[in-house]
Amino acid sequence: MSDMRQLYQEVILDHNRKPRNWGAIPGANHHAEGHNPLCGDHIKLSVNVQDDKIETIAFEGHGCAICKASASMMTGAVKGKTVQEAETMVEEFRSMATGKLDPECQANHLGKLKVFAGVKDLPSRVKCAILPWHTLHAALNLVEGAEAATSTEGEADPVPGTGIGEDPASAEK
Amino acid sequence: MNIDQTNIDKLRADFPILKLQVSGKPLVYLDNAASSQMPQAVIDRIVRYQSAEHSNIHRAVHYLSELATKEYEEARVKVQHFLNAKESREIIFTRGTTEAINLVMHGYGRAFISKGDEIILSALEHHANIVPWQMLAQEKGAVLRVIPMNDEGELLIDEFEALFNEKTKFLALTHVSNALGTVNPVKQMVAFAHKHGVPVLLDGAQAAPHQVIDVQDLDCEFYAFSGHKLCGPTGIGALYGKAHLLEKMQPFQGGGDMILSVTFEKTTYNVIPAKFEAGTPPIMAAIGLGAAIDYLNVIGIANIDAYVKELLDYATAKVSAMPGVRILGTAKKKAAVLSFEIDGVHPHDVGTMLNADGIAIRTGHHCAQPVMERFHVPATARASFAFYNTREEIDKLVKGIRKVQEMFA
Repeated sequence: MSDMRQLYQEVILDHNRKPRNWGAIPGANHHAEGHNPLCGDHIKLSVNVQDDKIETIAFEGHGCAICKASASMMTGAVKGKTVQEAETMVEEFRSMATGKLDPECQANHLGKLKVFAGVKDLPSRVKCAILPWHTLHAALNLVEGAEAATSTEGEADPVPGTGIGEDPASAEK
Repeated sequence: MNIDQTNIDKLRADFPILKLQVSGKPLVYLDNAASSQMPQAVIDRIVRYQSAEHSNIHRAVHYLSELATKEYEEARVKVQHFLNAKESREIIFTRGTTEAINLVMHGYGRAFISKGDEIILSALEHHANIVPWQMLAQEKGAVLRVIPMNDEGELLIDEFEALFNEKTKFLALTHVSNALGTVNPVKQMVAFAHKHGVPVLLDGAQAAPHQVIDVQDLDCEFYAFSGHKLCGPTGIGALYGKAHLLEKMQPFQGGGDMILSVTFEKTTYNVIPAKFEAGTPPIMAAIGLGAAIDYLNVIGIANIDAYVKELLDYATAKVSAMPGVRILGTAKKKAAVLSFEIDGVHPHDVGTMLNADGIAIRTGHHCAQPVMERFHVPATARASFAFYNTREEIDKLVKGIRKVQEMFA
């Protein structure tokens, strides 16, 4: 990808500059931390689930523009969704970022998140985009009050069957 | 030969990869501290070895085995002269700097460092010169002491000297910092360690490509470097060790070639250097490294040193004049490395943007997380130079940085 405007679209730059749902939610019942040791991306997620619905969600941490914008847009996209709906989006986002789902041709629920489709051409940046979603998956699958640590680096892949971390040569393509 | 505007194009023509287009632009390769590129002469040497000279070494009496053995051992002599070691048996071929340091940790550390002993490292170390010593410290109950640095990225020599006491048993120190480019005053530090009877290992991975190394003058006990950072192949490096220490040390790995005789009751180890080279070594890579040293010697390491310093000064002046850009590592003595940060832009976005212009830099923590922590950054962008880089390429880097700033403004 030589046209950087395809990757760094205005909406991504905007979420990077002014991340939405920034901070921590006091009393949230789901938490997880995501970390990419190689890049230094670090996301802390707090999620409040009531009656199987994501009532509120917030994140903080530091990372590159791709990671921050992905986290910011994710929080907006999953708020109000059921846990199952959010998990479907985790799956779809991961598939899109790794080039297994073409959001223009295949049915999906990603909406505006399609702006991240371009990372599939940048193997080294795929994990930046996916980290918030893995972190969300970890948070939703934890018993209340427990803390999870997740990573999209190397072999520490917490989501079975994602391809990432299982076979670094063929994943992230 | 002096490198300058008149001959740089000719020199660049020696490197086929420099003709590459990346993202539709001519490659600007500024990631030399991670790995340097290989000139045609080395590629040809490897092809010739593999096409007409290859066999296992130190084994058979046939023509190819004798030829390969001769070439392999000649490569060892080239490394000996490159480091100005007294004898070729003081040169152990390893997979690279990392394996060389691990060899010293196993062979020397495990035999001579025990509970309560102290090992001194510096705040500038690459993980390769931290983790092995941490493993040893955990195993033995030894203690790691760390030489701190100032905001310029220079080690604090007074604090270094104050770390020594009767429990100090080893000093493991980088010659040149890979993350910041600081050149440490290693000769002076080795001399001080010796006053306390403490042996010293120098990590020369970043120093060997750019400056004349004389291990007898430095008087260090061990010196380690990697072939692929000096225009040679990956998978090969060397450890220099003073012969009397190598002789006292435990073997690193067990296997063929490192033995004189084996029964199920007892093995008698071979003499150095074979004692530390178990199994079939990377023969092709060792011969390639020898060819790389020949290539560098024709240009002259001192000339490389002078030219790369000039490039670094040029880049430092240009980048430090840019508003919103901060250089990390501003030591008075620096080599070939320019680590920087752009306000409000994560290094990975910098790297991706520059890549779109064909510019290859390294972004991340450079396997030196304690250095990153010291400067309170998770990562930096790092441009690192070799003698085949040009001022025009640095101008492209500067232009690229400006583009990043515009995009993220």
